[in-house]
Amino acid sequence: MSVTLERVTRTVDGIPTIRDVSLTLERGTLSVLLGPTLSGKTSIMRLLAGLDKPTTGRVLVDGKDVTGADVRQRSVAMVYQQFINYPSLTVYENIASPLRVQGRPREEIERRVQEAAKLLRLEPFLKRTPLQLSGGQQQRTAIARALVKGADLVLLDEPLANLDYKLREELRAELPRIFEASGAIFVYATTEPSEALLLGGDTVCMWEGEVLQSGNTSKVYRRPDTLRVAQVFSDPPLNIVGIEKKNGSVQYAGGIEAPATGLYKSLADGSYRVGFRAHQLEVANGIAGRHAFHATVTVTEITGSESFVHLNRDASNWVAVLQGVHEYEPGHVLDAVLDPENLFVFDAADRLVAAPNKA
Amino acid sequence: MARIDLVDLAHSYGGNDAPVESFALKPVTMTWRQGGAYALLGPSGCGKTTLLNLISGIVTPSRGKILFDGADITPLSTQKRNIAQVFQFPVIYDTMTVGENLAFPLKNRGVPKAEIDTRVKQIADLLDLTPNLGRKATRLTADAKQKISLGRGLVRSDVAAVLFDEPLTVIDPELKWQLRSKLKALHRELDLTMIYVTHDQTEALTFADTVVVMHDGRVVQSGTPAELFDKPEHTFVGYFIGSPGMNIVPAKVSGHEARIDGHVIGLHRNYGVLPAGANIEIGVRPEFVNVAAPASGLLSATIERIDDLGRVRFARVRIGDAKFAARVPPGFSVPDNDVGLVFDPAHVHVYADSRLVEGVA
Amino acid sequence: MDKTINQKAWFLVLPVFLVVAFSAILPLMTVVNYSMQDTFGNNQFFWNGVGWFKELLDPSTDLGGRFLASLGRNLLFSAIILAIEVPLGIVVALSMPRQGWTVAACLVILALPLLIPWNVVGTIWQIFGRPDIGLLGYTLNSLGIDYNYVSNEFDAWATVIVMDVWHWTSLVALLCYAGLKSIPDAYYQAAQIDGASRWAVFKAIQLPKMNRVLLIAVLLRFMDSFMIYTEPFVVTGGGPGNSTTFVSIELVKIALGQFDLGKAAALSLVYNLIILIVCWIFYTVMTNAGTERPEKQGAAS
Repeated sequence: MSVTLERVTRTVDGIPTIRDVSLTLERGTLSVLLGPTLSGKTSIMRLLAGLDKPTTGRVLVDGKDVTGADVRQRSVAMVYQQFINYPSLTVYENIASPLRVQGRPREEIERRVQEAAKLLRLEPFLKRTPLQLSGGQQQRTAIARALVKGADLVLLDEPLANLDYKLREELRAELPRIFEASGAIFVYATTEPSEALLLGGDTVCMWEGEVLQSGNTSKVYRRPDTLRVAQVFSDPPLNIVGIEKKNGSVQYAGGIEAPATGLYKSLADGSYRVGFRAHQLEVANGIAGRHAFHATVTVTEITGSESFVHLNRDASNWVAVLQGVHEYEPGHVLDAVLDPENLFVFDAADRLVAAPNKA
Repeated sequence: MARIDLVDLAHSYGGNDAPVESFALKPVTMTWRQGGAYALLGPSGCGKTTLLNLISGIVTPSRGKILFDGADITPLSTQKRNIAQVFQFPVIYDTMTVGENLAFPLKNRGVPKAEIDTRVKQIADLLDLTPNLGRKATRLTADAKQKISLGRGLVRSDVAAVLFDEPLTVIDPELKWQLRSKLKALHRELDLTMIYVTHDQTEALTFADTVVVMHDGRVVQSGTPAELFDKPEHTFVGYFIGSPGMNIVPAKVSGHEARIDGHVIGLHRNYGVLPAGANIEIGVRPEFVNVAAPASGLLSATIERIDDLGRVRFARVRIGDAKFAARVPPGFSVPDNDVGLVFDPAHVHVYADSRLVEGVA
Repeated sequence: MDKTINQKAWFLVLPVFLVVAFSAILPLMTVVNYSMQDTFGNNQFFWNGVGWFKELLDPSTDLGGRFLASLGRNLLFSAIILAIEVPLGIVVALSMPRQGWTVAACLVILALPLLIPWNVVGTIWQIFGRPDIGLLGYTLNSLGIDYNYVSNEFDAWATVIVMDVWHWTSLVALLCYAGLKSIPDAYYQAAQIDGASRWAVFKAIQLPKMNRVLLIAVLLRFMDSFMIYTEPFVVTGGGPGNSTTFVSIELVKIALGQFDLGKAAALSLVYNLIILIVCWIFYTVMTNAGTERPEKQGAAS
């Protein structure tokens, strides 16, 4: 089956929360709605589910108009940020509840609940109540309940946001396997680009109620159509610097001049904005390059596997990432080098004109 | 600013007679130096909030003592301990302006008005709250409110320690960076003893000079971020710190070699005699295991999945029954089924019963 | 939130709608009709237009005089009641325990006065205050205090007020208690750390957090006390004289005592209107007070 949003808008109290969104989701796919808070992800999900009606536009399922249909008539399951389970029922009963509502025979309920429990590794906990479980286990119960229904459309609204860091990591690693086993249409909302990358599938980049770009996750990541998409799909935040190209050389805002090699070579003369992600900037002491800057460290954030060095250069804030634990003192001056083959160039209208060629 | 000593400190919510194993905080003895930045890091239920509450005085310990600068403050109430605390959600006085909020602790202590004004201005300046001093505190955003909470603690010049209980929980992700760096900058400027409780390794490792990793009520390891990353003394530390966490797999170790699933890996040190009957495992971070084309001399593994994080790729592989994560070198084209794994011996650690074994060089 | 439409639900409302129409709307229309006639209910109607309404607002007429006087008594009564019950309720809520089995015990004891039917409350106090067989009346008189609510105006007022306080303070207390319980512990801890005194804790934390709840309590108590009928009627019957004759009692006197239905209808409409206006004012204040939104992100800091 397929679900389509056709030019939907939604206005609440005079404020447009969704502006002219058209989206088609096919069976067996995973779509990640990626965007900051209040970009419209939850609103889109509620429209897909039938909890809200669009102000204008239609919602179609397999070509049929279901815009006015109540959520109970649609084949939808939803998982929320707050682990929502029936507190007085055991895990088994929680997972079985949608099947009991559907009136399925006992053997079928038993089989399907056991399947779901196995998929989400809940077998040892079937007799417990949700309050006796950890956060991660409660969320798994909610996901199991959503899956066991066999709904055609499963919506997950930032389901991992309330979990401890490590639990989030673990559950996130298992989700792709769980999604593949199911075969429904999955829509997953998140604010974190890394989750989109880890889950794969397609990404729908959202900003202030609009869809900026949608397509294969890897493609959207490597070929953002606009500067805004690149910004939404970067964590840590995208670094931006303005350049002026003239006569075979580029002049960076703040004074540095360098030959127009690499991706700059084929650009027409004019002003552009260059965006580069944290790992596209090389920082250290004593490195050299034609596109080199001096930047002052403001703070270093250490995650263990990586260190994010926050820099200040010409009144802009940049972030670079290094592997491993590196501590630089605030105030320390580092050399920061750009590789002209490895950055994104956007024209004056913020459209992408050049991007790195690697696969 | 005070030096904090924990002397055989332990706590059980079930009373002193409960067995030690069930204690929410098992006995710990540590010294935290004056002016240090410490993070208590661990998953939910590891005892970090209990420890924080013991230090702030909300909970009286079942056992042991707490000393501030050598003086036993265990029997003292929260008020008398002279600490400041920032909670998970902003705690501000709704009816007061930002300035009045900051002045509140000083007013209660009878400090003269002129001094209150100077101090409030100082702290507001430090926290970038100066433009908002006259506004009602409820109207500000969550991160500004947390800064007010923090400011109320800092405004007292004699505060012994500032305690943070997962203070960034309600802050929007885009602003978390800013607040984190602000806290770090504040620590440098004010030279206060700061204790920060969190389950987020990034917060802990960024903020603290010394990270205290806790698990199941115990302090598992305490050290600098680099130490915890390079040389985890407990498998839990290896697993918890780093994203993805350390690979821990059972192995047979003797001398300079470790055997996993019949294959041999060279080790950096000599592990002659290991405790008999102990559960032997080796731990190696995914960053130090590289994926390569299958070859006879390399440990062979089956690819399950590639995680592409944009700036780095990790391969989830399987060695026999064990699951492993390994780094995919940039530009490497991953074959479909089997790959070889290349280990960096310098970063392979041996653990017996989850504790690090120091081999002989 | 515009949900998807489910038309069938309207049919379920139909029976209720019919019942309400029959029992409420039709009588209401009758009252409006009567209010513009001069009638004694004997099927003779003389058109009076807005005559009664003009009289009501004119203190020189008999009707107007009685109405405005009783209205004044109602306002005085409500003011006194609120002035006593609200602070008393707050104090009771603050002194209640927050944990343990005593909480349930306290809640039950507080709820008891609220469960008694109103005319029984009136009867209790009527007997309670009698100087011959009432415990209170007898005790006061034996202590030398001259207490007789039948003949003494002040005593009548005092009795009615004390009865209302006894009956309804629990409501205010329970509402405030609910408001207090919702304050997270962290606030008290922070106040401790800030060295706040008990009074400062009350002023800075408890009172502001109870704000919304107090507003509800004040609204409910004002409305109820303004509409009061049963309890004072049972105890004093409106007396001595007309010293405790509130608007409701006045209304009953005119309608059922004098059978002057036209005047009574007009009076009841005006009474209803006053209550509606007060409710609307409170409601607007309440809902506006609850919509303080913080500024957009980034504007501050």
